[in-house]
Amino acid sequence: MLATELLMYIFLFATLFFQVFILLTFLDTRKDLFKKKDFKLSKFPSVTIMVPCFNEERTVAGTIDSLLALDYPKDKLSIMAIDDGSTDSTPEVLKQFNNNPQVTVYVKENGGKHTALNFGLEKIESDLVGCLDADSFVKEDALKIVVSYFMSDKEIDAVTPSIIIREPKSIIQRVQRAEYYGSIFLRKMLSYLGAIYVTPGPFSIFKRDVFTSLGNYHHAYNTEDFELALRMHSNNMKIVNAHEAHVTTVGPYSARALHKQRLRWTFGFLKNIIDYKHLFSARKGALGAIVLPSGIIALFTIVFFVSVSLYNIAILSINKILALQAINWRLSGSSFSFDLFYLNTDASLIIGIVLVFMTILAFTYGRKMVEQKDLLTGEFILFAVLYVFVAPLWIIHSFYNLILAKSTKWR
Amino acid sequence: MNNYNYDWKKYLTALLITAFIFVTSVAISNHFSNQKIESLRLIGDSISIDILSSDTQFDLLESSSCEAVDNSTFSKELNALGERVAFAEKQRTNTEEVQLLKKQYTLLLIKDYILMKKISARCEVEPIFVLYFYSNLEDCADCTRQGHVLTYLRQKYPQLRVYAFDYHLDLPALSTLLSISGITTADILPVLIIEDQQYKGFMELEDLETLPLFIELQVQKEAEEADKKAEEETAKNKKNNKNLEKTAVEE
Repeated sequence: MLATELLMYIFLFATLFFQVFILLTFLDTRKDLFKKKDFKLSKFPSVTIMVPCFNEERTVAGTIDSLLALDYPKDKLSIMAIDDGSTDSTPEVLKQFNNNPQVTVYVKENGGKHTALNFGLEKIESDLVGCLDADSFVKEDALKIVVSYFMSDKEIDAVTPSIIIREPKSIIQRVQRAEYYGSIFLRKMLSYLGAIYVTPGPFSIFKRDVFTSLGNYHHAYNTEDFELALRMHSNNMKIVNAHEAHVTTVGPYSARALHKQRLRWTFGFLKNIIDYKHLFSARKGALGAIVLPSGIIALFTIVFFVSVSLYNIAILSINKILALQAINWRLSGSSFSFDLFYLNTDASLIIGIVLVFMTILAFTYGRKMVEQKDLLTGEFILFAVLYVFVAPLWIIHSFYNLILAKSTKWR
Repeated sequence: MNNYNYDWKKYLTALLITAFIFVTSVAISNHFSNQKIESLRLIGDSISIDILSSDTQFDLLESSSCEAVDNSTFSKELNALGERVAFAEKQRTNTEEVQLLKKQYTLLLIKDYILMKKISARCEVEPIFVLYFYSNLEDCADCTRQGHVLTYLRQKYPQLRVYAFDYHLDLPALSTLLSISGITTADILPVLIIEDQQYKGFMELEDLETLPLFIELQVQKEAEEADKKAEEETAKNKKNNKNLEKTAVEE
């Protein structure tokens, strides 16, 4: 029991340290964060946005339309829709763009997202290249903002946007909306620390040279966006976040779909982390010293706390059953009464409250950063309550797959 | 080219703040624990005064004191204190303090037990208490079950006093009680003493309920319930009569 308590406090300390570190980064950078910026461009580099699609008949047209509506010179922006062997009507939907000079449509045999992207990369010669998942939509000024980041610092090799959940309908989607606000905040802080470890599918833009010097996308356990970011860090490349550039994406609708997505992400994270273990080095700054180790510790922390909680619940239930059995299943006449004396005042609980407070702060600022006005309280509570039950499932499932050397699927 | 700079100041500040939050949380937690211990001590002191007062009152008034001495309200307080001490013991904080409180509580139990014995002998009333010897260690597999049974009975009959003694508590007065009761080894635990009769090993709820003490308690309970019901009926009838009278007057 003592070892369990010691482990619990170690995990709590590590989690708290990471949160405090992020909070300090926020305090250091908050002036820059909320400063009104002018995103006027004097030069417009050529940009190609690839839209890999597999069975996206419902959303792909909207995705391409949002790209066509971007506030960017038309002769500088090309859109490349690559159908990766869809079995639904995606190819037919794409035909409506055949006459648009900005859009080129390709159809290839199914081979996975990374093959579709590599197919496109072979044909691209623009200065900047990006990807937009076929279930995501960009805001008009997104590209201008991203490009202005490239223009402001020649050292930047990739820029990621803020991703917002689009029109959430189900409870699971509403929960993700809250979660994504937290991610927006975290990604920006990681940007300040030079420690962004994923260049997500929705609208991450790269210098063409990144692929010329590092090679194309890898399969990378179906998390090519994560692997590419780690590969870039291996080569000391710079990834920043343009939080003002907004992209909306359709989150998984059901708990099952969410589980599948997160299983892929978590499993990919673990596998790629093993492949890129050399990044766990003090020479990689906050990325190697804090961010990546914290990612791993967070997974173990969740598994640990869930296991301990389940164990405690099991012991309590068994005791209750034994107690009832001892009195031959008679109902005891005791009534519940609230007594402050029995209130848990463990130090771990107080630290837990501090952590929850810091998380709420991150969610709130994440929302403020993307200037969303929607009420978050309900969704945050849902997030806190639901994720406690569902997140451990995909984490434990990922560890299980990792141990048994199983792979994950896209869908 | 990414600049993997180290801001050592920030790392150190984060470490210090984290340590500060940790230390503060532990301090706050300790503060609450101490407050709880203090509240237990206060309850213990208050019960101690009450017992001493009853004892003194009883001695002063001799046999005529039977009606005057009524300490039935203590059983609830003693039970509550016992539950709180057991809870504090499980928390495993302030271990020494809690052990000290447990000893104080045990002494109170013994004193109350002696007083109850005196009252029952002099006033010729049936003693409604159970002596229960248990162990929290692995040497008593059935103690937890026995505890559940007694908790149930205590909830069912609030006037029942259960004097629960931890066999392993290092307290001379308890050692004497154990030796008087003939309990020399933990192997025979749990042990119950009901109306001077000793029962070794686990006692089923059904078996306990066939003992005269619990039959008497059950009779009392049923009588009380019947009285209560009758009172309610009377109150209801009175109300109905009043309503009828009111209607008649109005008509």
